[in-house]
Formats: sequence, C-alpha cells, structure tokens
Amino acid sequence: MTAEAAPHAISIAAGRRQAVAARVLLAAAALLAIAALLSLSVGPTGITLASLPRVIGAWLAGTSDASTAREQLVLIDLRLPRTLLAMFVGASLAVAGAMMQGLFRNPLADPGLIGVSSGAALAAVATIALGNGIAAPILRPLGVYALPVAAFFGGAITTLALVAFAGRHGRLMIGTLLLAGVALAAFTGALTGLIAYMSNDRELRDLTLWSMGSLGGASWTKVIAVLPFAALTLLVTPRLVRALNGFLLGEAEAFHLGIDVEKAKRTIVLATAASVGAAVAVSGIIGFVGLVTPHIVRILAGPDHRVVLPGAALLGAAMVLLADVAARMLVRPAEVPIGIVMAAIGAPVFLHLVTRRGIGGME
Amino acid sequence: MLEAASATFAVNGKRLVDAVDLKLQPGQVTAVVGPNGAGKSTLLRLLAGEVAPTSGTVHIDGRDLRSMGPGELARRRAVVPQATALSFPFTVLEVVLLGATVPGFAPAAPRALAAAANALCTVSLSGFAERPYTELSGGERQRVHIARALCQLATAHRRPGESAALLLDEPTANLDLAHQGAVLREARRQAGCGLAVLAILHDLNLAAAYADEIVLMSRGRIRARGKPAEVLHDGLLSEVYGCPVRTNATPADGVPFVIPHAGMYAVRS
Repeated sequence: MTAEAAPHAISIAAGRRQAVAARVLLAAAALLAIAALLSLSVGPTGITLASLPRVIGAWLAGTSDASTAREQLVLIDLRLPRTLLAMFVGASLAVAGAMMQGLFRNPLADPGLIGVSSGAALAAVATIALGNGIAAPILRPLGVYALPVAAFFGGAITTLALVAFAGRHGRLMIGTLLLAGVALAAFTGALTGLIAYMSNDRELRDLTLWSMGSLGGASWTKVIAVLPFAALTLLVTPRLVRALNGFLLGEAEAFHLGIDVEKAKRTIVLATAASVGAAVAVSGIIGFVGLVTPHIVRILAGPDHRVVLPGAALLGAAMVLLADVAARMLVRPAEVPIGIVMAAIGAPVFLHLVTRRGIGGME
Repeated sequence: MLEAASATFAVNGKRLVDAVDLKLQPGQVTAVVGPNGAGKSTLLRLLAGEVAPTSGTVHIDGRDLRSMGPGELARRRAVVPQATALSFPFTVLEVVLLGATVPGFAPAAPRALAAAANALCTVSLSGFAERPYTELSGGERQRVHIARALCQLATAHRRPGESAALLLDEPTANLDLAHQGAVLREARRQAGCGLAVLAILHDLNLAAAYADEIVLMSRGRIRARGKPAEVLHDGLLSEVYGCPVRTNATPADGVPFVIPHAGMYAVRS
C-alpha cells in the first residue's frame, strides 16, 4: 500500500461504519413509525386509523356530527396524546440511559443511578399515602397533578443533593457520585418502605401500580408538561457527543482531547435528571428501556455516541410505544402496567441479542 | 516552549513535585527517569495542565496554562497516558479520530481522516483501521493511543510561532523490543518536525539511546539533568534507585548503557 492510497482505504473504512449507522438509524425510525401508527389504530373501541383522515378533516373544518365526535375524542384526545407521551417518555429514558452509561463508562448504568427514580418514588409514595392526611392542604389544590409534580421535584432534589455530595473543589467526582447514589437510593428506599409499611391496602395498591408504570392517564396537558424536558434533552445531546465519546477513554483523556470535562459532567447530570424526572412524573417508573436500548444500538452499530444517542432515542420511543400497545391489548378493556410488559417482552429479546451477538465486543 | 518555573505540587503537605524548573525545547526529546514515586507522572500532569501547581507556574510560550481552556490546551499539547480503560468496542480508526475534534453529529472531515491514516501508518497499524480496539494486544493498544495523540496535534490549528508538545507517559511499557524502538524513533521524528517531546521512561538504556536530554527525578526534585553521558553515572544512579548499578558504553558510538546488579550477585557486592 502506498502512502497516497492510505487515506482512500481509511475513507472506505469510515464510510462502511457510517453506512451501518445510517441503516440502523433508518430501521429504528421505520420501527418507530410503525409503532406510532399501531398505537393510533388499536384500542378497545374498534376505531381504526381509517377514520383518521375524516376526523382530521372534520376537526379542521370545525364541523363534527355525533359519529365523528366520538371518533375525534378517541383519536385526538386519547390515542394521540398517549402516543406522543409514550414517544417522549421512551426517548427521554433511552437517551438518559445512554448518557449515564457513557458518563460512568459502565454498561450497567441506568437512568436511575443518579437518584432521580428513587427520589421521585419517595415523593410519589408520600403523595399517595399522605395526600388525604397531613399533606392534604398542600396537595389538594394541585388536584390530579399533585403526583407528577411531587415526583418531578423529588427526583430533582435527590439529584441536586447527590451532585452536592459528589462535588469537591468545583469538580464532580464520578466515583463518589456512583457510591453516594447507591447510599441515597438505599436511604430513600428505606423511607419509601416505611411509608408503604404504614399505608392502608388501597394506598398500597396505588403505589405498587405507580411503581410499575402506566401511560393510562395520558392527556394533552401531560404531553405539554413533558415536552419542554424532552425537547431540552434532545437539543442538548448533540453538544455532548464529543464529551461522551471522550469519557469512554477516561476523564483525564477527555480533558487531554480538549473537552471541558466539568461542564460536560454537569450538563449530562442535569439533562438526565430533567428528562428522567419528567418521564417518571407522567408515567411512573418504566424500567429496562433506559438500560437496554443503548445496548441494542451499540451491538448493532458500535459505541460512537453520534449513533448511540439518536439511535437510542428512536428505539426507546418505539419500544415504549410497542409495550404500551401490548399493555392496552392484552387484557382488554383493562390494562396491564407497562413496566411489566416492557420487562416481559424486552428481557427475552435482549437476552437473544446478547447471546447471539455478544455484548457488542465489550469487555 | 512548554516550561515549568519552580513548579510545586503538594497534596496534604506532601510535595509530590518540588520546585521543578524544566524547559521543553521544540525539536528535542526529553526523557524523565527516576524510581517509582519520584513524581514523574505528577510532573507530566502539571505540564499537561491537568492539575495546577500549588506554587510556581507552568506556561507555554509565556502564557500560564491556568489561563487556557481545555480546547486551547488541546491545540498545544497531546498526552499519551500510561493505561487507558477503554472497554467499549470502538474501531481503531474511531479511537484515533477521537484525537481530531469531531463535534456534534458531523462526519469526520477529509483532513481528519487523512491525519488519522497518516498517524496509523506512523505507528505501523495501517491495516488495523476497522479492527475493534478491544481485540488488540496491550502493545497494539498503546500504539493506537500514540496515533490518537499524533492525530490530535496534526489536526489542531496552530498559528505560526505557536509551539506544541507531545507528552508520553511510559510509552514503551507493554511493548516488545522492536516496537519500543519504533515508538521512540517516532518520538524523535516528531521532535524533528518541531514538536517538543517529553517521555517518561523506566528503561534507562532506551532513554540513553533516544533522548537529547535526560532528567533524573528523585523524591519530587530534579536530581540531575543533561546529555545521557552526563547523567548516567554509577554512583548517582545507585543512590537514587537504591540498588547497585554499573554504567558502560557501547563500543561503536559511546552511548552509555546501564546494568543493574540484580539477584544473588548484588547481595555479595
């Protein structure tokens, strides 16, 4: 090989990886489109997607008779917000998972690692158990939003506490963050357990169901509530690609490459806390998607965050949508909690990928 | 020129680097040698701008490193660390391209690809571009990181007159004899292209063979510095390393080489 030929071979090598990445992203986008259409067209009412053009036409024209009014209610006010919510929640959790795994350089990291989930769970359980008791004067005015608002602030406060614990001389110590996260999760878990232990049967059932996740109460208000956080995460992630790739080499190495390590760490933690906090607030705890989706993208297309982040967003949205469709259809007209469906379907699929493809060459 | 002026770095009152003056001249290879715990790696971290001196200064072309951001520093110096815990299966090419600043979702520029190809060729890993990093041997990994550092300095935009430094932390650890020579010859070649090169070396003979200047450190201080023949002396080395050594010279060109008196013979002497 001559010296002039080398760049040619290199651009072929780079091109091949890019082509794989493009194929994986396209496939994930196609899967998401199919899942979205499926989510809009199935439900216990028997209204299918075929009625959508008519409904939209009537809605735009402002002319709706009795038959289109019912279809409009189901499609525009129930299924559409539910579909959008599932997409936002799935994308937020998956991107947060990818960021956590990159930040901690650990493929087992999940979005709950920085305390968001445990803090949100404590706040949610407290809201459910104390909502009719001592906390009633504060929570009553918030109505149905008491639970999501409390969950969001619970997650945010826990994360800020964790960042304060792990900060030293203006630097965020990643090792301390991890261990303090474990300690804080145990502590909030103890408080959560204590409240659960003291609550009555109805409260106990409510909080068990909340911890299994549900998109059942989807509404436009919830969509609008979660939208800014999802949008913020999606806007900030392209700027974090270089830092996350650099972090895979190590923190010092990332600094040597010219990355503002401290700023990147803070941005990653805050973006994760905001997006996971919002997702948990509107849908309870949906596990698995944040842990597994980035892995699937890595197995298929390599660990470059230029592919992992958008790939995880698309695939995470599709996975939560499909799990929600299954949750709605399995025991019609009732609903299985989505967390159960997600783990029951996702775990075997993931196991299959891992045993067949290895863990993506990871050590 | 990268320069430390009475730079001291202390942790909990213990001076890991103690009042070190050091100038890294463009075009020169400086080898830092010394026993374990002498402060060699800490000195390298000071010179890389990774930590700030607790007293004294480190500056490049007269500018204090403390006043420079990470991006600015990265244009002026590249670092090859001792060991890198990369466990995600990047391809070799992707690792090398991490050295080129690839922002956001943009594909790598042709210039970066050319620099990466050049760097891979330099460390004789040309055919390895698509191999997963995690499947490489320790020596191959080391060479990938050297290529990454070369790619970083090659793609960085520097104005005329701005100097740049290549800092290597034990670049020959894990390498076999042939590749030890290849890596240090590359360090020399880079110096020939105008870089200031600093390498922490444990092998005194490699230091003698490839360095313009040897800096001998002991307990955070510079004990001796100069051309290999000026620094490598029986008494000094035996004292600093705490074991008897003997310096000899190769017959042809007079490069000094050091033999430690190890094993049972050392006990007798």
